[in-house]
Amino acid sequence: MNFDPRFSGRKFTSVGTRPIRPDGVDKVTGRARYGADFNMAGQLVGRVLRSPHAHARIVKIDTSKAEKLAGVKAVITAADLPDLTNGDAAMYDVLDNCMARTKALYDGHAVAAVAAVDARTARQALKLIEVEYELLPHVTDVDEAAKHSAPLINDAIFTEGLEEKPVKPSNVTKRSQFGHGDVHQGFGHADFIVERSFKTEQTHQGYIEPHACVANFSSDGTADLWVCTQGHFVYRQHCAQLLGMEASKLRVTSSEIGGGFGGKTHVWAEPVALALSRKAGRPVKLVMTRDEVFRASGPTSATSIDVKIGARKDGTITAAEATLRYSCGPYAGSWAEIGAMTAFACYKLDNVKTVGYEVLVNRPKTAAYRAPSAPMAAFAVESAVDELAKMIGMDPVDFRIRNAAQEGTRSSYGPVYGPIGIGPTLEAVKSHPHMKAPLGKNQGRGMACGFWFNFGGQTCTDLNIGMDGSVSLAVGTVDVGGSRASLSLVAAEELGIAYEQVKAIVADTSSLGYNDMTDGSRGTFSSSMATISAARNAIKILRERAAQMWDIAVDDVVWEKGHAIAKGEKHGNLGKLSLKEIAVESGKTGGPIAGHSELVADGAGVSFATHICDIEVDPETGATRVLRYTVVQDAGKAVHPTYVEGQYQGGAAQGIGWALNEEYIYGKDGRLQNPGFLDYRIPVCSDLPMIDTQILEIPNPNHPYGVRGVGETSIVPPLAAIANAVSNAAGVRMTHIPMSPPRILAAIEAEREWSK
Amino acid sequence: MRYIRPLSMEDAVGQLAGSSGTSAILAGGSDLLVRMKGGFIEPDLIVDIKAIDGLSEIRETPEGFSIGAAVPCAVLGESAALKKAWPGVVEAAKLIGSKQVQGRCTITGNLCNASPAADSVPALVAAGARAVVVGPAGRRTIPVQSVPTGPGKTSLAKGEIIEAILLDKRAPRSGDAYLRFIPRTEMDIAVVSAGVNLTLDEHGVVKSARVALGAVAATVLLVEEAAQVLIGSKLDEATLERLAKVCAGACRPIDDKRGTIEFRRKVAGVLAKRVATTAYARAGGK
Amino acid sequence: MAGVAVSTTINGDTVEFLCQPDETLLDVLRDRLGLTGAKEGCGTGDCGACSVILDDRLVCSCLVLGAETEGRRVETIEGMAHGDKLHPLQQKFLEHAALQCGICTPGFLIAAKDLLAKNPDPTEEEIRFGLAGNLCRCTGYDKIVRAVQDAAIVMKGA
Repeated sequence: MNFDPRFSGRKFTSVGTRPIRPDGVDKVTGRARYGADFNMAGQLVGRVLRSPHAHARIVKIDTSKAEKLAGVKAVITAADLPDLTNGDAAMYDVLDNCMARTKALYDGHAVAAVAAVDARTARQALKLIEVEYELLPHVTDVDEAAKHSAPLINDAIFTEGLEEKPVKPSNVTKRSQFGHGDVHQGFGHADFIVERSFKTEQTHQGYIEPHACVANFSSDGTADLWVCTQGHFVYRQHCAQLLGMEASKLRVTSSEIGGGFGGKTHVWAEPVALALSRKAGRPVKLVMTRDEVFRASGPTSATSIDVKIGARKDGTITAAEATLRYSCGPYAGSWAEIGAMTAFACYKLDNVKTVGYEVLVNRPKTAAYRAPSAPMAAFAVESAVDELAKMIGMDPVDFRIRNAAQEGTRSSYGPVYGPIGIGPTLEAVKSHPHMKAPLGKNQGRGMACGFWFNFGGQTCTDLNIGMDGSVSLAVGTVDVGGSRASLSLVAAEELGIAYEQVKAIVADTSSLGYNDMTDGSRGTFSSSMATISAARNAIKILRERAAQMWDIAVDDVVWEKGHAIAKGEKHGNLGKLSLKEIAVESGKTGGPIAGHSELVADGAGVSFATHICDIEVDPETGATRVLRYTVVQDAGKAVHPTYVEGQYQGGAAQGIGWALNEEYIYGKDGRLQNPGFLDYRIPVCSDLPMIDTQILEIPNPNHPYGVRGVGETSIVPPLAAIANAVSNAAGVRMTHIPMSPPRILAAIEAEREWSK
Repeated sequence: MRYIRPLSMEDAVGQLAGSSGTSAILAGGSDLLVRMKGGFIEPDLIVDIKAIDGLSEIRETPEGFSIGAAVPCAVLGESAALKKAWPGVVEAAKLIGSKQVQGRCTITGNLCNASPAADSVPALVAAGARAVVVGPAGRRTIPVQSVPTGPGKTSLAKGEIIEAILLDKRAPRSGDAYLRFIPRTEMDIAVVSAGVNLTLDEHGVVKSARVALGAVAATVLLVEEAAQVLIGSKLDEATLERLAKVCAGACRPIDDKRGTIEFRRKVAGVLAKRVATTAYARAGGK
Repeated sequence: MAGVAVSTTINGDTVEFLCQPDETLLDVLRDRLGLTGAKEGCGTGDCGACSVILDDRLVCSCLVLGAETEGRRVETIEGMAHGDKLHPLQQKFLEHAALQCGICTPGFLIAAKDLLAKNPDPTEEEIRFGLAGNLCRCTGYDKIVRAVQDAAIVMKGA
């Protein structure tokens, strides 16, 4: 193989253009098939019974009445999903989350499921299942849950990461710490110190497509699963493990996916659908309602964060410290750890310390949401940074430029940076016309920076050259927003052929080797690397075939612009052979031509963004309006710039929703009060202005084309950028996200009272 | 479960009155179908009233307007005469839901759903609108504010259907307006709302007024004291401040997922000021 | 529960079906007629992914009973293109990359078609408020609004 992933600085022909995506026509004509658009003959309807209680012991489940109802073909409980996790604690949590075993741990936790001939019968059957609960005290607030007096969610959990092993169990599952230097000493050198506490409420990814799957378990022990997922290979592994199958016996096909944003990286309904199908002996379709999506899937962490930053008069930060508490739902996670890693990643700091605490609460199991954990940490840190700049009397952009990390900086979470984009995004913002545009009454401008790691991971790709010279590209990373277009561009680029000659598909789990999820902004980064590698392997074969056709040594054949060329004087009278001409003859020269690639895509370049926004606040009602929004982000290399812009705009919009209105609201009874799009308020079209974008390209040295992940970073700065803008407009520092009108009005009123 | 589509009021009333079990009246369905989907109601009988003669029409009569119970809110906005006479009622009706919902939802349904936060109701109450109720005992006309009696509850008896909403012919120098507060720009339920309807004398002094507040009590509030503040004034700054204070004081709100008691009180006053100013300008006041 | 026999017109074709009294038009389209272009994002009229046009009015098909469509005209995304010729809105959505995951796209196209039929020359604000009943979680709406603006220009010229 000997694939060389290093950046080569080549000139591009296809990459960087903006063609129409290959799956586009199906999507504008309604023909594209999403999770719920697939059906099988004899299919049953599956439905899940969910706990109405936040925390309760399951004393008894009586399914006998439901089983007797005409049309019911299977009823399952945890007993039908026996524990096969063999000591794997994380998988046990996944299993318990799919179907509660001894306790219901949140409002919406699955306790039983049915498969019936139609939806009406399935609904009736759920009503006939009798569950006896013993109610237990619950806790849903992250700060309350971290207290010693809080109701315990799992008495087998003792806080990890403490110097001394605790003797009492706790809802705090883990402590993690990052940083270097001596913050105590650093604060001693500071002329100004800002110290503040912040809170963010829990949000949901809010994909418009509810989770949906069709499971078909055959009596011979094999099964098919059609599902909307960000990672069908991972779903296969998890489902196979939970159902006691060999992975190869389960074929998972990923449907078109109607949004995921990290929320479709975890199995919920799929093992249940498979278990129902196994018991009923028929295919089962299981589609969540919107209510179930909110109550039982997603969401992100709610957080409580303390930040302290000190700086000298000249604007140099001398020390930075943060304590971050993140809710995990009722199962252990590493969300605060990620928050602690990202919190100060934008800055060059001699003394920095971050501590994260993972906190269990009676809410759904926290799932990844676009740059998971980073937006909340950035909100707290970037708010404090803004306040500190103001205190020193420096422009907030200049203050950040002065302290920005650069190539060679040791990051706050450990590694030393290579070439990075934080400085360039700040410089671009400084000279952006948006920063100089006039503001009206009650209007404020804010800006903030954000960081995300980006991931690489295991990737496998097949590139097959048809006998007519067209190319089919089979990838294993689910296309969540146009990656088939990007990867076709990359294949065309590397082979030197037209984009239209390439057709990319997402292959099922039986047709291709293992691929990690489309998460961590890895889809285009890693699959383009594998596609380049596969194309190079195909080119090697193409050269061999050309050499054979010409009857010359393969070393004398080079590949240029889609053609084999015989190099050297002695071959002067040989013309070029196109890819098509070689492909047409392939039957006579050794058979099909293909390139394969299996690799671990290392070296995903870190990504930075800086956002600017203008907000108007109505001081009488606390209402906000987003007037203008600008995103500047480093893409490494934008393969399909229109879809890169789309990622920037989409992340910004999600961040705007999070900043202003989106939140899980729990009642005192521990029940979610707003499990629908009516009261879980994601931005609508009239809420937003156009979102301007500026793509910077600072090549990633570890990718042949310089590509970095672009999907996630755009959601990191908005919470802080908007908080800074609102604070500037309203004249009061906002410390609680979302900044809903009642919170803003209360803050304005409190400030008025205080200044009297 | 049965679905029927009667062609006359008599038939509809008879079917409803004679039904056993739960029954539901279907006009636009934008509340009913949501409640059915959520499992909150499983009616044995659904009576679709859209095919009943005259129920899908807006009629201009010598007394004013008669808006049939099945007229979608989008159609209200397409009636130039209604918009001219009662701009506040129309703007309130046009705020319910999305374009998609507008093509289906009705002000009668909005009234009978009996949500304290219903958008069209404060405007209708301020306008002094009346509802024509047809039932087994005959036909009666009642003020709209007597229809909802609490969240989800109405004063309508079994078998009774509202046939139309009546709005008076406008006196000269009259204007009405409606405003609601929502966190987003569209698609939300009112957190607080206010409707004002007033008539001026020839000097621009408020002669009569009605002020209604939504989402601040179990039903829409008609605030008589607020009307008294406006009457005799030309809406100077002091009057508006007094109006805000009276409206805030009249509220009996709750804390819930959409807003706090404090927020609702404060914003009720703010909206009352703003909406009174608009109504005054529409009436020709300067 | 007795089924209701319904005869209606969908995308110009006469269609007959039996449905339950409480079955929505969306369920009928998707589960009985195989027209899965309209999507269920919420089932409560809050997301617009199931938008169809019913007798020239834009509606959420999840808020219409199948039984109500007797004798009426339904237009769905499947009827938007003419043969292999895309509607200008469809074409502009592709050119502007006005879709990422695409689940909301059928609803947006139907809503935008209705918008331009009633207002052929909308301002940006009119487009934004006109499409406020359709949720998109991927795009931030920017490219959708631009695609509709561009389609409006093309359609006026046509």
